[in-house]
Amino acid sequence: MEKDNCWQCGHRSAASLFCRFCNALQPPVMDYYAFLGMPRRLKIEPGELEATFYRMSRLLHPDRYLRRTPRERQYSLEATAILNDAYRVLRDPVKRAEYVLRQEGFNIGEQRGNDVPPELLEEVFELNESLEELRGGDQSARPQLEQARQRFLGMQREADQELDRLFADYDARGDRQTLASIRALLNRRRYISNLAGEVEKELL
Amino acid sequence: MSQIFQIDFGSQKKARVVGIDLGTTNSLAAYMDAAGPRIIPDAAGRRIVPSVVSLTEDGEITAGEPARNLLLSRPERTVYSVKRLMGRGAADVQDELRRFPFHIAPGSEAVLRLQLGDRQFTPPEISAAILRQLKKNAEAFLGEPVNQAVITVPAYFNDAQRQATKDAGRIAGLEVLRLVNEPTAAALAYGLDKRKQGVVAVYDLGGGTFDISILKLQDGIFEVLATNGDTHLGGDDIDNLLLDIALEDIQSEWSLSLARDSAAVQILRRAVIEAKEKLSFVPSVNLEFEFEGRKYQRELTRELLERLIRPIIDRTLGPCRACLRDAGLTPEQIDEVVLVGGSTRIPLVRSAVETLFRARPHTELNPDEVVALGAAVQAAILSGDVEDKLLLDVTPLSLGIETMGGVVSKLIHRNSTIPASATEVFTTAVDGQRNVLIHVVQGERELAKDCRSLARFDLKDIEPMPAGMARIEVRFLIDANGILNVTARDLRTGKEQSVDVKPSYGLTDEQVEAMIRESIESAEEDFAERQVREARLEADTILAAVDKAKSNPAWEELSAEERAAIDLALNELLLAYHSGDYLLIRAQIDKLNTVTMKLAENMMNSAVRTALKGTSI
Repeated sequence: MEKDNCWQCGHRSAASLFCRFCNALQPPVMDYYAFLGMPRRLKIEPGELEATFYRMSRLLHPDRYLRRTPRERQYSLEATAILNDAYRVLRDPVKRAEYVLRQEGFNIGEQRGNDVPPELLEEVFELNESLEELRGGDQSARPQLEQARQRFLGMQREADQELDRLFADYDARGDRQTLASIRALLNRRRYISNLAGEVEKELL
Repeated sequence: MSQIFQIDFGSQKKARVVGIDLGTTNSLAAYMDAAGPRIIPDAAGRRIVPSVVSLTEDGEITAGEPARNLLLSRPERTVYSVKRLMGRGAADVQDELRRFPFHIAPGSEAVLRLQLGDRQFTPPEISAAILRQLKKNAEAFLGEPVNQAVITVPAYFNDAQRQATKDAGRIAGLEVLRLVNEPTAAALAYGLDKRKQGVVAVYDLGGGTFDISILKLQDGIFEVLATNGDTHLGGDDIDNLLLDIALEDIQSEWSLSLARDSAAVQILRRAVIEAKEKLSFVPSVNLEFEFEGRKYQRELTRELLERLIRPIIDRTLGPCRACLRDAGLTPEQIDEVVLVGGSTRIPLVRSAVETLFRARPHTELNPDEVVALGAAVQAAILSGDVEDKLLLDVTPLSLGIETMGGVVSKLIHRNSTIPASATEVFTTAVDGQRNVLIHVVQGERELAKDCRSLARFDLKDIEPMPAGMARIEVRFLIDANGILNVTARDLRTGKEQSVDVKPSYGLTDEQVEAMIRESIESAEEDFAERQVREARLEADTILAAVDKAKSNPAWEELSAEERAAIDLALNELLLAYHSGDYLLIRAQIDKLNTVTMKLAENMMNSAVRTALKGTSI
């Protein structure tokens, strides 16, 4: 069977979500942007994405296909799973960027977050000392750690703003160099948020 | 005329889908009519079927009210709170089993088997007996067959517990169109979508389980943001606590331990439950218990009860806070709170919820009925009768696979909207390897041994090739019921890869099929028995009538041949009567009817003649 031909009525180039001719639900495409019918942009308006998610849920959810053919029921299940996965990934800026990076052939590994970004080396050194003191029962390290936590949260906000700028750059230029910068920033951000998490855990 | 009526009816009606709340303590069925969801009562008008199943002395399975009464006289053959055992292994329920008066059968590692008298039942079979009772009630009330249902489950139920519930439906002869989470169903029943948008917390403390769900409502869409809970926390725990205290108290007063006397324990259990329930409405009650001529009496105040159960209520607050955190919300952002489950009648529960969420909870609907009503709304959504509402639920637990060193690699995170999916590519580790075994677990812990083992999937018949060359893509898909489906594809050939499923807990598909066959066979057997009984009753009537007719003058008016034919038919019917073949009995009844037609006519004529004679005098 030709791609884009309806599985039910066989019409050529009939199919996207539903066949234009017989209205049968078609097998879903796996690409999140293509599936949602959205341009491949890194900057996404959250309200728009949510509206698309709700509108497509109403069209595709298995609850609506119980009395249809087994094949359409199966497609409804698969399509809704992709819809939910797509919404979960695309509404989160970090996951969204990672998705696009992976699609563009960048290697995204969790372990990359463990390399200390050079500009943070000194900071991390001091932090570890304070953490040791607190774990050793020295409560005087507490205010220092609280300060560190605030600093990390501030850095995280900065990283988010920078990420937003890079997203706009990529949407305008579509170049790999911007993607490489995004990847580096994501690694830095992940490192910072791990640090913030660690401090928070000790402060509790 | 009746035929026309039927045709007309047939073209108008869709098969009815009922909503069922299969609860720990009580179960209910509901349906949707033009005015909204309604509870289906039984023949006696009762709206609740106690979730109790008993095996009677003559080997019959009975469920509901009659079984509840047997709890006192035949505790070792009577099962209650079976929901706590669904989808669990023997090791999980040691604590529970210590309390139950019934016993488990040996060899219950993967699937629990309860020993009732000389027979064994799995928890899904026990639940099926309750479902069968609800199905029967619904069919009698609605006057039509009921074969499809929506069944509710605690939101925090794992895959095995959901699968066990679905199996119970199948065994009971119900096609389970959807499993719906109880708190979500309750939100549907409240029709809170009328307010167009808002955030709702549903606090559901039932007999055996606790759930908390936070939903976002928008134009008829009920989107669950997060859910949390404890599948082993509920009113039962309060009952057990009170029971233990009462038993201790009695022991010190009577110098006699009743803990091992299951009949005494059941009577006392009923008494403490009654006292607990009354204390929701009055400040103090008298707990009374009579056993073998002795009487125990104690005053119980609400104040004391609250002090005793405070730790149990506090156990619900941790999951509530975790749920808020996962939803990314603060208590101030919750617009409304809904209370579900009988235990939320306890004033202490209400005030705890109010304090936490800073909102006065909804209690307009009966907390025992609201889940079943919501299930009926979902049933109407599925049958297309309600089009403006849609539920988007989540999976309560993360799904992962065991990797090197027993570490879990998470594939689908908890609180993901379902259906949800994940794809992983697997390969072989040694040359010529034919199988790859994937261990799937559910839970939040890092090590597989600390999570709930779901199943082992065996990718088999892999073409022999050097290590690492095989590329098999496995797709894990959690469906709208919260149940995992696994498919696999060989990426080199594009062909489907066969997968063998070995569930860690619960029944295999073959076992469920066997139980369905057995229940259909026994249903057929029941049917045949009833037919024989009814045919014999009819035969009794005609045999008595013919006997009586022989003394009527009309008998003498028959020819010798006619009388001989009747005697022959009479003897043949008597032979058939003892054969137990209802078709043969019916055939002989018809035959006797035919040969006695003239006799009946003669009798009628002589009766008319007598009557006429009477009037002429």
